[in-house]
Amino acid sequence: MRYLCLIYDDETLWQGRSKADNDALYGEYSRFTEDTKASGHYLGGNPLTPTHTATTVRIRNGKVTTTDGPFAETKEQLGGYYLIEAKDLNDALQVAARIPAARSGSIEVRPIMSMGTA
Amino acid sequence: MLATLIRLLGDFDLAEEAMQEAFTAALRAWQDGVPARPRAWLISTGRFRIIDQLRRRARFDASAGLIAEHLGQQRDNVAPDDLDLPDDQLRLIFTCCHPALSLEAQVALTLREICGLQTEAIAHAYLVPASTLAQRIVRAKAKIRDAGIPYQVPAGHQLTERLGGVLHVVYLVFNAGYSPAAAPLGDADFSGDAIRLGRLLVDLLPTAETLGLLALMLLHDARRAARIDSNGEIVLLADQDRTRWDAERIAEGSALVDAALRNGTAGPYTIQAAIAALHCAASTAGATDWAEIAALYDLLLEIHDTPVVALNRAVAVAMCAGPSAGLALIDQLLAGAELQGYHLAHAARADLCRQLGQTAEALSAYRTAMALVAEGPERRFLARRIAELSPSGTKHG
Repeated sequence: MRYLCLIYDDETLWQGRSKADNDALYGEYSRFTEDTKASGHYLGGNPLTPTHTATTVRIRNGKVTTTDGPFAETKEQLGGYYLIEAKDLNDALQVAARIPAARSGSIEVRPIMSMGTA
Repeated sequence: MLATLIRLLGDFDLAEEAMQEAFTAALRAWQDGVPARPRAWLISTGRFRIIDQLRRRARFDASAGLIAEHLGQQRDNVAPDDLDLPDDQLRLIFTCCHPALSLEAQVALTLREICGLQTEAIAHAYLVPASTLAQRIVRAKAKIRDAGIPYQVPAGHQLTERLGGVLHVVYLVFNAGYSPAAAPLGDADFSGDAIRLGRLLVDLLPTAETLGLLALMLLHDARRAARIDSNGEIVLLADQDRTRWDAERIAEGSALVDAALRNGTAGPYTIQAAIAALHCAASTAGATDWAEIAALYDLLLEIHDTPVVALNRAVAVAMCAGPSAGLALIDQLLAGAELQGYHLAHAARADLCRQLGQTAEALSAYRTAMALVAEGPERRFLARRIAELSPSGTKHG
């Protein structure tokens, strides 16, 4: 099964940390990515730029509204994702628990809906 | 049997259908004699019939065809011995108690799928409409299927992590049948079901805490008959007729406590069971070893620091060091917000004030406690205490 691991964390943490600490964390993410590639779990993944770069679009009564920022203000923001292939939820949760942000923020694990049978 | 079918078919609903099919088939086929291994016969018959049905449905529904094909491929791989595994029960327990499901759903699924209770009986015990509970179970099954929750006993460190959750659900089931506030359950025997689950876990995964939980349930259950009188009123531990305690359960529970303590570092269930064993070992209330019980609560508080544990410790301290010492601890606890709404904290305070002759304080605390409890034996008990202490009560009594 495929699962999307959504990484939620307080994005201001990145600014609050020293460069050395941030570099160490980048290193952890690269190692996690390499490990999951080696174990066959990795399908894809990317960090996102901070929420001040976000724009939300919605159409109501046929009219397009475009607004600044994410849909809802929250303490933890969506900061990136990994798309993984896992045997089942237990397997997926074990992978997700190794994402560095699991220690400070949280990882939402969602199965990818399979469309059709082909 | 259901557990095995769920493993083989990978789906709760298909497994339930298969079981129905198997029993229907048995009614006809067993008229000339029961097969040598009836359980295995039922399981393989149910399984084959479901696969055949899915094949027939495949004419209308392509996905049923795929499932049938997939299940059919495994058809020849199932050895006869693979049809009768107690491990299947364990897999099912870990599936039903998966932390990806809400605690409410875990309890409902465990009662429905493992204990085999009817939805109505479960709904009744949890005071929710049967339709709400049915919905809860349907949603939980959908999550198991759609999120890919496996039928599997987790391995290694995941097992330790997850076993705690399983034990918690079993204990909740036990308490649903044991708490004096629990709704009358009719024929359902939640505590008995929980003890059966506890035994199964001890057989399959004999860790210290598994032993400790079974011990705790047995030692509580041993006192069941004595704690409610013939009028349905609560009898306090100190006033219970100890000859009505179940000696067999006490012996079994106490032996399990010893085994659990030998088995490793004592966890919360083991310590609580050790406390219950000390109560059960006392031939009279006066013979209770309160100093040892207070020491065990100290230990419990170290690993499981909750206000309720601290309250129980305060009561034990009152019993060995006197009511003033206990009252000081309870007042300290009630100064915090967490126990304000907990009726037993106020009732315990009231009881100590009563022993110290502080009647007005005692009355006010009993009334606070009473305001926090719904109609039932606990409320009637508090009302009796208030009547005993009230000046008008003594005049008439």
